[in-house]
Amino acid sequence: MNRERLRRAFVPAAAVLALFLASSWGTAAEHPKEHPPANRNGAQGHPQYAVPTPPFTPGIFPCSECHKEMTPNPKRRELKDEHTNIVLNHAQGQRWCLDCHDISNRDKLHLVSGEKLGFEESYRLCGQCHGDKYRDWKVGVHGKRTGMWNGEKQYLLCVHCHNPHDPRFKPLVPLPPPARPESLKK
Amino acid sequence: MPNEKVRDAHVHRMSRRKMMRGVGAVLGAMAIPGGDASASVWEAFFQKNFREMSKSELDKVLARLEKEYGEKYKKAVKVRATPPLEGVLYGYGLDLSRCIGCRRCVYACVGENNQSRDPQIHWIKVLQLNKERGVDLEEAEQYYNPARVPEKGHFYMPVQCQQCENPPCTKVCPVQATWTERDGITVVDYNWCIGCRYCMAACPYGARHFNWKKPGLPAAEMNPETHYLGNRPRPVGVVEKCTFCIQRVRSTPGRYTACVEICPVGARKFGNLLDPESEIRYLIENKRVFILKEDLNTRPKFYYFYAT
Repeated sequence: MNRERLRRAFVPAAAVLALFLASSWGTAAEHPKEHPPANRNGAQGHPQYAVPTPPFTPGIFPCSECHKEMTPNPKRRELKDEHTNIVLNHAQGQRWCLDCHDISNRDKLHLVSGEKLGFEESYRLCGQCHGDKYRDWKVGVHGKRTGMWNGEKQYLLCVHCHNPHDPRFKPLVPLPPPARPESLKK
Repeated sequence: MPNEKVRDAHVHRMSRRKMMRGVGAVLGAMAIPGGDASASVWEAFFQKNFREMSKSELDKVLARLEKEYGEKYKKAVKVRATPPLEGVLYGYGLDLSRCIGCRRCVYACVGENNQSRDPQIHWIKVLQLNKERGVDLEEAEQYYNPARVPEKGHFYMPVQCQQCENPPCTKVCPVQATWTERDGITVVDYNWCIGCRYCMAACPYGARHFNWKKPGLPAAEMNPETHYLGNRPRPVGVVEKCTFCIQRVRSTPGRYTACVEICPVGARKFGNLLDPESEIRYLIENKRVFILKEDLNTRPKFYYFYAT
């Protein structure tokens, strides 16, 4: 009688304990997933920012599609056969394609240090020369940043607004001026 | 003498005071909409000032407005009265070295905040200024319309409500229909505003606008996400102004204002002045900051700055 009562009490208690253990183990395991830090650290310890995909010309990426057939030519020259639409207006005369594009992996860029980086991280490449802008961009003062003012933010890459080969911001057509008071209907 | 007393006791005499009381009552009764007026007109007529309403009174008002707007614009309209967030004081930054005067912000604001399209009301006015003259408002041109902007030799300065810490506009309101909220946003209770336009005269930034006619707001363009103190549709005869998109920013997480979101050059910055990590604090601490008409001691929370 007494043992029967104990047994009856034990089964649900054990079930509750098991559930509790399972749930606490579960949250401990999932914890890092639930709270991703705002700026995840990249492989080299550089923060990565939430950016949309780089604005490639349609069909141009991956570059290796065409380049895998070709032998790389590291000689500084003017391109005559391909990419003739690119007119370098960005310290022209002082640099050329392979200063930023990588010769061994055509789908990557590289820093001065030789470190390769993907196009989605190109802000680090720009930041090598434009350190002041890079600093402001990271805190959201240079460039457009959207999303939540007190939550997750969406960045744009430098190249979304500045063509890397011709970076000056292009003039826009203004929206109509306000109506003059005298033109308002009675 | 006794005869006169007897006479006065029996003759009905209309005293001046009694007469005025009667006239007052009749005029008062005439002012109250009667006859075929619906219940909502009565409720609107006896509605209290926003700041004096209890929670249940406010809920009733919001429900009434939602029903009214829903019928008028043929869609589900939400009217919120979200209170200020704790520990937040909104501040705004505008990069004068970046703005190109494209007026995208002007129209994004109109779309978000349900301004009248006809007659036209714009909360943002973009001034074109001469680089050689600097911020010389007498030389400012707001009707510029070239094929492309920016024009050579010019810079652009959008002006909207500066959300002053010491606002002249709220002080002159004779009925306290406009005030500054705890989060720093100066708002208008459109149901309490009597349309005297004193605030417009007091504002040194031309940031307040009057609905001279019934606002022309096409139902298809009406933004149904509204706030009582912000972008809900306005009646004729009231003053309105920028509220830092109160319907967007008062939430956790809260969206950036419509003008920040649209700006193609990223000249517009917005954040919490009390948060040392915010972009607005960064630019105030690290950039050259300019305050419009600083000498008037209005203490704007709108900071023009030069990023370069």
